[in-house]
Formats: sequence, C-alpha cells, structure tokens
Amino acid sequence: MKVLVTVKRVIDYNVKVRVKSDNTDVDLKNVKMAVNPFCEIAVEQAVRLKEAGKASEVIVVSMGPQNAQEQLRTALAMGADRAILVQSDDVLESLSVAKILAKIVEEEQPGLVIMGKQSIDTDNNQTGQMLAALTGMSQGTFISGLEVSDTEAQVVREIDGGLQTLAVKLPAVLTVDLRLNEPRYASLPNIMKAKKKPLETKSPADYGVEIKANTRLLKVEPPAERQAGIKVANVAELVEKLKNEAKVI
Amino acid sequence: MAILLIAEHDNAALKSATLSTVTAATQIGGDIDLLIVGSGCTAVADSAAKVPGVRKVLVADNAAYDHEIAENVADLIKGLASDYSHILSPATTNGKNFMPRVAALLDVGQISEIMSVESADTFKRPIYAGNAIATVQSLDAIKVITVRGTSFDPAAAEGGSASIETLSQVSDTGLSRLVSEELAKSDRPELTTAKVIVAGGRGMGDKAHFEMLDTLADKLGAAVGATRAAVDAGFVPNDYQIGQTGKVVAPELYIGVGLSGAIQHLAGMKDSKVIVAINKDEDAPIFQVADYGLVADLFEAVPELEKAL
Ligand SMILES: Cc1cc2nc3c(=O)[nH]c(=O)nc-3n(C[C@H](O)[C@H](O)[C@H](O)COP(=O)(O)OP(=O)(O)OC[C@H]3O[C@@H](n4cnc5c(N)ncnc54)[C@H](O)[C@@H]3O)c2cc1C
Ligand SMILES: Nc1ncnc2c1ncn2[C@@H]1O[C@H](COP(=O)(O)O)[C@@H](O)[C@H]1O
Repeated sequence: MKVLVTVKRVIDYNVKVRVKSDNTDVDLKNVKMAVNPFCEIAVEQAVRLKEAGKASEVIVVSMGPQNAQEQLRTALAMGADRAILVQSDDVLESLSVAKILAKIVEEEQPGLVIMGKQSIDTDNNQTGQMLAALTGMSQGTFISGLEVSDTEAQVVREIDGGLQTLAVKLPAVLTVDLRLNEPRYASLPNIMKAKKKPLETKSPADYGVEIKANTRLLKVEPPAERQAGIKVANVAELVEKLKNEAKVI
Repeated sequence: MAILLIAEHDNAALKSATLSTVTAATQIGGDIDLLIVGSGCTAVADSAAKVPGVRKVLVADNAAYDHEIAENVADLIKGLASDYSHILSPATTNGKNFMPRVAALLDVGQISEIMSVESADTFKRPIYAGNAIATVQSLDAIKVITVRGTSFDPAAAEGGSASIETLSQVSDTGLSRLVSEELAKSDRPELTTAKVIVAGGRGMGDKAHFEMLDTLADKLGAAVGATRAAVDAGFVPNDYQIGQTGKVVAPELYIGVGLSGAIQHLAGMKDSKVIVAINKDEDAPIFQVADYGLVADLFEAVPELEKAL
C-alpha cells in the first residue's frame, strides 16, 4: 500500500508574525519558514507504517513556491521515498489544493492519505476533509491513534467531549492531531541521502486544475492588544481586586 | 436569502454554540432553518423550534447519523443545500469534521471560524493563531461557514414557535462506523461556556498535583482547562486543551496557573474578560496579557487562594 503525505511550508511556529503596515497581509519577508508541525507528525506516521511493513512507499506532496522544496527535503530526510512539488506562486486556497491532491490520488492510488489537521498560518482545518469529499474516500480527522488492517483503519479521534474511535474503510484520508506521535529529527546521513531522493516538480496545469479564488482577502489587521495589568503582591491582594475592582468573584 | 444552520447537540439538548451561531446567522440576515441531524434526537427538535427567529426546524433522525459520522452528514446536507445562500455550523469538532466535506461536495470554499459578520458575504476570522485578523469576502454562490461560539452572544432559547419538518431521505455511505467513544464525565461547567476557568500548565508538575486545581475550581464553580504541555504530559485528558488547536474560551474570569502563555495557548483564551496569572517566573509572557499577575510558587499560592475564597 502506498501512503501519500502532504507537507505545507509555513512560518515557523516560534515566530510571532507581524501585519504589514498597509494591512494587505502579514509580513513574511526574512521570516523563518518550516514544515507545518502537523505535517511533520503526518510524515512520521507514514514512515512508521513503512517501518512496520504496512506501507510500501511513502510519497510526500507540497504545493506552493519553489522553495517549498526545502520542506519536501526535510520529509525525505525523515524517511519518505519520493516527493512531488506542485509549484505555484498563486495563493492556493484549500479547495484548489484538494483538487490537485485528488488528481494525484487518482494517479498514485494510495491506500492512505495522511495530512495535518490544520495549517498554522491560515488555521483553516479543511483541506483533508475536502480531499476526502472529492475522492469519495472515508475520513478520519484529528487523530491521535491509528491501527491499519488490510481493509480499514481504526482511528482514535480527539473530539470536544473526549475521544472517539472510528473504523474507516480504506482508502481513507486521515488528518493528524498533535498527540499521534513525536516526529523524529532527521540524522545528518539521512539529510545527505535525502538530497538524492527523487523530487518531481509539476504545475497545477499538469493536473488540469484551474486555480480558482473562493475568497478575496480584503484586509489583515493586528488583533486588539490587551493592556497588561498590574502585579499583585500576594494572594490577599489578588482576592481583594477580584472582588472589589474586577467584581468577578 | 436563506440560511441553513446545522445545530450542535448531543441528541438530548441543544448546545449553546448553536445559539451563538443563530446570532451570527441573524446578523447575516434572511430566513434561518435549523437542521438537527442525529439519532434519537426528537427532544432537540422540540427545543430548537422554540428558538426565536427560526423559520423551520428540519430533523434527520436516523441511526446512520449517530455520532454525526461526517460522510453521511455531509451527504445529507449536500442534498439540502440548493435552497440556501449560506450554510452555517458552530466551529466544534463536529462542525469542523463535516463542514469542509460539505463545501467540497458543493464545489465551494469554506470560511473557518468567523468571529464577526461584516456583511452577508464578508467576515472576519483569526489567522496565524490569532496574531492577525483577516477580513475575507466569499466569492461563492453558497457560503459554507463555521462560527466561533465565543465571538457571538448566544441567542434567546425560548419564545419562538417554528414548524418541525421530518426529513425522510437517508444518506448512509457505509464508509465509517463508530467503534467506541470515551467521553469525559464531569459535573463542572463546559469549558467553552464556563463563566470561570482555572487552567493549569506544565508547572503543575504531575497529575496528582494538577488535582489541586479541581478543588480550586469547585470553590469557584469553574471549569478546568490546560495547556498542550499539561495534556501531553498526561496530567489531564485531551478535551482540557485550550488554544490554537484546542478549545477557544472566553470566560469572565480565567486563572492561569503554572503556564507560560505561549502564543498557541493565548490564541484560545486571550478574549477572556479578566485574566489572572500565577507563575513563579516574573518574565513569563502570560503576564503581558494578565490583568492581575501574581509572581509566586503555585504550590503555596493555590492552597492560599483556595482558603481565601
Ligand atoms: C502546532 C502547535 C500547536 C499548539 N497548540 C497548542 C494549544 O492549542 N494549546 C496550548 O496550550 N499549547 C499549544 N502548543 C504548545 C505551546 O507552544 C507551548 O509549548 C505550551 O502552551 C506550553 O505549555 P505550558 O505553558 O504549560 O508549559 P511551559 O511553557 O513549560 O510553562 C510552564 C510555566 O510554569 C511555570 N512554573 C513552573 N513551576 C512553577 C511553580 N512551582 N509555581 C509557579 N509557576 C511555575 C514556569 O515558570 C513556566 O512559565 C502548540 C504547539 C504547536 C507547535
Ligand atoms: N499548499 C499545501 N501543500 C501541501 N499540503 C497542504 C497545503 N495546504 C494544505 N495542506 C495540507 O492540509 C492540511 C490542512 O490544512 P488547512 O486545511 O489549510 O488547515 C495541512 O496540514 C497540510 O497537510
């Protein structure tokens, strides 16, 4: 069974973004970029499936600018076998990403597609579910546990009330949550090896997908700043303030 | 213009997130139909019919919709969509699961977790863990939207008398089935609607010490939340997590104990009305958003606070 994994190039999660002064977008110039943390977990899971003999090949896909190659190389160094970059400098909204992925799924026929539950830049949490819809596949979202058999995957999902276990038919789209695993660091020899692994560059047109805008971004603003308050000297003062000033207890 | 609103419920009662979504729908304008999809959910339909401003309640009550299996629910909604200009759902884990699937089936985008309605097609939503707020205009004929519950006051629950219509068509794709569910049982208020929240972080040290916060919470009638680090360390279950990738909360009073205030955590709680932080490190970033900061060892401060209440 082939496993397809998606990897998105996003701002490093440690960086605090700034909004451009003309309010058109956030400023990503000279900002450290990285693999979306959820996608790292997805890659790790796919590599573990291969190590366990459940997956025959791990293919990583990214869509975006040319330098998203860096994130694909990271995934290859973690143990993926080959990579596909669908290069585009256009803004790719989730539905367009899902449409291109659907074509790749048609070509590669993976048994599982493993994706992040959410991009930490757009915070959309939708691309995996969209891909599942477009391909008619079952979906297991926000998963923190996975067992794969020949015909189905048992997934543990993190839901508002606790945990839910579903059996989803294969082929399936899975989106991973933070607690599924702890991604490995790529070793230096593996980073060197990854440089020789195949990385194919394609365009959306190669897949016959026309990039369409579903939304127009009108403005980006910084959030309302909270005023830092005061430091209280002790518990007694805290209780007094909460009772008499804030009146919340 | 008509809006289809998919209700959040547990087959017994309508959840408050639904009422917040009704408020968002009212701001968009147009007729509002409430869809109750579930199994054994007629009681919910009756209370939904009482929500003022609702035109009609649609009920899809079938075993295929138990636990709101996304493939089946999305298929059902797709079949109803052509009568509507907007499809809304609360941004709960249910809504997040089936709504993007609905959008793709309709060949439209989804606008996730809106926090304000600017006009019938334009909305504000947080991006980059709430470090930027985007104003986005939908270009799609049918607008599929999830709504952040804490950003809209809940609509009134009583006073209306909408008609109830039972849907007979059943979408059963057979793609997924429930194996088991492990739901938290608690007498405390739910995190997303609690007036007071006590949240703990890695500083709580271990599971046993985290329980200090339960006692404090019980005194305050509060819900208990946590950081990702506290969940990862096994102090508390996953449904306690507040943040960018956990729950979004906005209580009257939030007390953060032994947590640093990472941006991913702040993303889920910085709209709280009053924020209290207890941390032994005076440089912890949580103090930058706290109304009242107490630099202290939590193992002394928490028992003292509990006694003082
Ligand atoms: C993709 C991604 C998503 C994430 N999503 C979330 C999310 O949704 N929610 C979330 O919370 N995090 C999230 N995180 C994690 C986040 O980045 C932080 O790692 C996490 O919030 C830190 O938790 P903490 O504050 O409990 O721990 P720490 O940062 O380790 O802070 C512990 C604090 O406790 C204090 N302390 C220790 N002992 C005591 C004592 N005895 N008395 C008083 N104070 C004490 C310390 O001074 C310190 O400030 C996410 C991370 C990533 C990469
Ligand atoms: N441009 C992209 N390239 C590769 N993967 C993507 C891209 N956009 C979204 N994804 C995948 O879809 C997941 C969910 O993204 P989103 O729906 O944008 O929050 C991400 O974690 C990625 O795995």
